[in-house]
Amino acid sequence: MSTIPDNLRYSAEHEWVAVTDGIARIGITEFAAESLGDIVYVQLPEEGESVTAGEPCGELESTKSVSDLFSPVTGEVVDVNPAAADNPAAINDDPFGEGWLFTVRVDGDPDGLLDADEYAALIKEGE
Amino acid sequence: MGTDIRHTPLHDVHTRLGAKFTDFAGWQMPLRYTGDVAEHTAVRSCAGLFDLTHMGEIVLSGPQAGQALDYALVGHASAIGVGRARYTMICADDGGILDDLIVYRTGEQEYLVVANASNAALVAGELVDRAEDFDTEVRDASADYALIAVQGPKATGILAPLTPTDLATVKYYASYPTTVAGRPALLARTGYTGEDGFELFVAPGDAEAVWAAVAASDDIIPCGLSCRDTLRLEAGMPLYGNELTAELTPYAAGLGRVVKLDKPSDFVGRAALAKASAETPARKLVGLVTESRRSPRHGYPVVDPADGARIGEITSGAPSPTLGHPVAMAYVDADRAVPGSALAVDIRGTITPVDVVELPFYRRSS
Repeated sequence: MSTIPDNLRYSAEHEWVAVTDGIARIGITEFAAESLGDIVYVQLPEEGESVTAGEPCGELESTKSVSDLFSPVTGEVVDVNPAAADNPAAINDDPFGEGWLFTVRVDGDPDGLLDADEYAALIKEGE
Repeated sequence: MGTDIRHTPLHDVHTRLGAKFTDFAGWQMPLRYTGDVAEHTAVRSCAGLFDLTHMGEIVLSGPQAGQALDYALVGHASAIGVGRARYTMICADDGGILDDLIVYRTGEQEYLVVANASNAALVAGELVDRAEDFDTEVRDASADYALIAVQGPKATGILAPLTPTDLATVKYYASYPTTVAGRPALLARTGYTGEDGFELFVAPGDAEAVWAAVAASDDIIPCGLSCRDTLRLEAGMPLYGNELTAELTPYAAGLGRVVKLDKPSDFVGRAALAKASAETPARKLVGLVTESRRSPRHGYPVVDPADGARIGEITSGAPSPTLGHPVAMAYVDADRAVPGSALAVDIRGTITPVDVVELPFYRRSS
């Protein structure tokens, strides 16, 4: 059973979001990281780029497969995590912490996201 | 596919180890335990332990078992020495590959045929049909065996204390009936990783004891099917469904050497294969490497870097854990299949330079 922190919100594409003072920090969930296997390459959006909720904005490549990275929110990319890009193993090791991917300046509270219980139900449904 | 998913006799062991499972050819198999790269690296540098019980086993026994296989397969089974094994294929009348197999001659009048899980039922059915006019019994023995593989440079050292057989005398592609951890086992020096190693055919009821005895070594970790795929890819070994299909003959796959056209008896596919042997295939299977960090994957188009014209297709591709860059196999137009040629792959819309290289990508130091 993978960890699903209560204080985060989630997209159906298995990203997590933490909003603080209008900045959304984004990563992929432990469930997603475990499904992908060892991530060996990550392509992230660039600083200043506009991303749209539900649209692909990067890629995650593991030895096994490649998956699109979807932005769970709409806004402008403020920062990307160089540690995740340089050492993608950090995403597997600590998906909710050191393995965060990028931050986005959001206008108000992003909608369409799931809380931890809803996300847990979504994963369970897919099993 | 049936609705009943099959579990191997080691399923509980895998669950206790925290395996992530995948459904494969009707079986629930371990995909990985700790991580793909750690498991891959363990097999290259040390040793890995695999549950391969999903593989199909078919036993032929009787006075004409060898002749039946000579007719059913493209290889010369009756010429295999007792205790030895051969890599071979079963083809359709039109020469198309139905599966690639390992045939172990386990006795004067007995053979063990190991088929891919996805083709096991088809191969068993074909062997029954093709052996009809021969004095031999054909039995789908898949349920009689658990298959455990011990692969890697330390495989010999790990198994040696567990078996009375002197492993130094077990040649590559040979098998011995022996015991492992006190349980009866057919021990074969075969594998699908590019490393030295062994495959142990044991009774399902003995699987857990044999697994536990091998796993007790500090030099081995359990490994899933995910790393098995990157290991075989680095070693340039074909996978049925990727490099080998019913649309290709062994010659088209660059494996014409497995077809023994000169064996004395007739065999299924002979006429078509004799014709194929004289033709130059339009495409050849090659190895490709790229400096890009994005990997070519199964089904991606290989294109001419000058004009984008499609000249081939990727059959398998992945970031190579051993080499640190992506590697791929592809069928490409024969005149572009020369090692050193600069080609390109359309990786999800981005034309990415690749170079043709000799296979395999990785060869163990002997």
